[in-house]
Amino acid sequence: MASFIDFRNPPGSDRRADTAVRATAEPLWIRRILIGSVLAFFILFLFLPLTVVFQGALAKGSGVIANAFQDHDILHSIQMTLVVALIAVPANTAFGIAAAWAITRYRFMGRGLLLALIDLPLWVSPVIGGLIYVLLYGRRGYFGPWLTAHDIKIIFALPGMAMATIFVTLPFVARSLIPLMQAQGVEEEEAALTLGAGGFQILWRITLPKIRWGLFYGVILCNARAMGEFGAVSVVSAKISGRTNTMPLEIERLYNDYLFPEAFAVAAALALLALVTLVLKTLSEWENARQFEASRRVSLETTIEPLSSPLT
Amino acid sequence: MASKRHVLPGFGISMGWSVTWVSLLVLLPLAALLGKSASGGWGHFWETITDPEVVASYRVSFGISFLAALINGVFGFFAAWIFARYEFPGRRLLEAATDLPFALPTAVAGIALTALYSPNEWIGKHLESLGIKIAFAPAGVLIAMIFIGFPFVVRALQPVIADLPADVEEAAACLGATRWETIRRVVLPPLLPALLTGVIMSYGRAVGEYGSIVFISGNIPYKTEITPLMIFQKLEQYDYPGAAAIGVTMLAASLVIVAIGNRLQAWGNRFRKEA
Repeated sequence: MASFIDFRNPPGSDRRADTAVRATAEPLWIRRILIGSVLAFFILFLFLPLTVVFQGALAKGSGVIANAFQDHDILHSIQMTLVVALIAVPANTAFGIAAAWAITRYRFMGRGLLLALIDLPLWVSPVIGGLIYVLLYGRRGYFGPWLTAHDIKIIFALPGMAMATIFVTLPFVARSLIPLMQAQGVEEEEAALTLGAGGFQILWRITLPKIRWGLFYGVILCNARAMGEFGAVSVVSAKISGRTNTMPLEIERLYNDYLFPEAFAVAAALALLALVTLVLKTLSEWENARQFEASRRVSLETTIEPLSSPLT
Repeated sequence: MASKRHVLPGFGISMGWSVTWVSLLVLLPLAALLGKSASGGWGHFWETITDPEVVASYRVSFGISFLAALINGVFGFFAAWIFARYEFPGRRLLEAATDLPFALPTAVAGIALTALYSPNEWIGKHLESLGIKIAFAPAGVLIAMIFIGFPFVVRALQPVIADLPADVEEAAACLGATRWETIRRVVLPPLLPALLTGVIMSYGRAVGEYGSIVFISGNIPYKTEITPLMIFQKLEQYDYPGAAAIGVTMLAASLVIVAIGNRLQAWGNRFRKEA
């Protein structure tokens, strides 16, 4: 029997190692095909579209870009985008912290429902995210007559656009914090409590430093979505250039007016934001994983420690 | 027990705040959606959602999305596999780029894909000479839906592939299985729930997608119009009950898709615990 095995793999030969690799990994040519096809997919669907944006912006020379960013309407759209994000991101950050605190620290009735409602904007069409506010606050919506009588404009104006943006970005901060806070546990917070710390002291000094990378991750994703949202905002905006257009809506206007270099110039600005977001997101993911690992090690040590403690 | 539950302070404010916020921004508007859809009467509701143009839009939004999700299932699996298993130059760059469709505003993606696939443009002109039309045709909708749904499959699969114990593959190999047999009978079964979860999530995203599709699709009635666009059309005609009816229909469909996704995920988690 032994001679049979030795016949195929004489001891000390490289072929034995080779067989071991071959048994648990794919042959080289399959690896190459897999990597090649994925690379082709990435080039075709991700890298080329990104290249097209920058190429389109630069096609008619950098003068067009310089002019585009002096155009009143385009500048106004940038301002609108910043204003909407400045409302939606802090609002949802505060909400996200509160919701994650409530969901991970306590058990209460309706907790599952709250979680489900926080998730809802992730899977519902963004157009519905705009539509629901039109049905409430639009001219023929439930509050429409009252709002008209009091001369308050929500739909086709900033408040509606802010609300639709808050809707689509609602889950991001809460969703990045909940698993993190669940994993980190409450030992430190409880220790602070027994040492006499108050609620806000615990939040400010213990919890926020603990969750800062997860929070950062949620906030940049929330911000990227808030600045880039198109579907929901396009339902509730009057789409008047220079008045109620955000950058994505301005891109649509310029594109439909065949002002392609200008459209791509604005698009390139948003694409840069997306690239910065991706870099920051990747960095915070690494940092998060590192801290996650560290907190797990610490909790392992604390459970082992009592055994070797001199008190026992 | 009751005191044990609320050891840490802040229960009232954190729960009160989040419940109020969600009620005002999600629950109340959703109630308005349901209310408005019923306000036109059942006849109008049914007439709207079975209107031939709207029905044609279901074929695009639900049919082409399905095809896109299947294609993403294949390439997403390949990508997750090589990210988790192979070491090659540029792997980290590709990994980070996977989330580009999440980060890139949909309007930007929309005009970029249109520019890429329009006749006379980058890829479009070569395909045009072969007689293939992508932009302003159903194929364009497919391209946009593939773009938007791709990250879901990779993100669902990659951690599960990374967690696969190597010893079962070694055992299979020791027992004489070929690599293909090992993949098919040892590796794939525990990955199946995560793969299906990713596919269904990418399907759900494509069904509701608007921004990246409307530029490249050309919005040709009965051919490339998507269901979210029908909502716009009804709103422009001030037909709020009609818009709400289509909204409710889409919401119900998305709810079913998400419910299936959650069941698959629960199934996958059980799978992983047993393994």
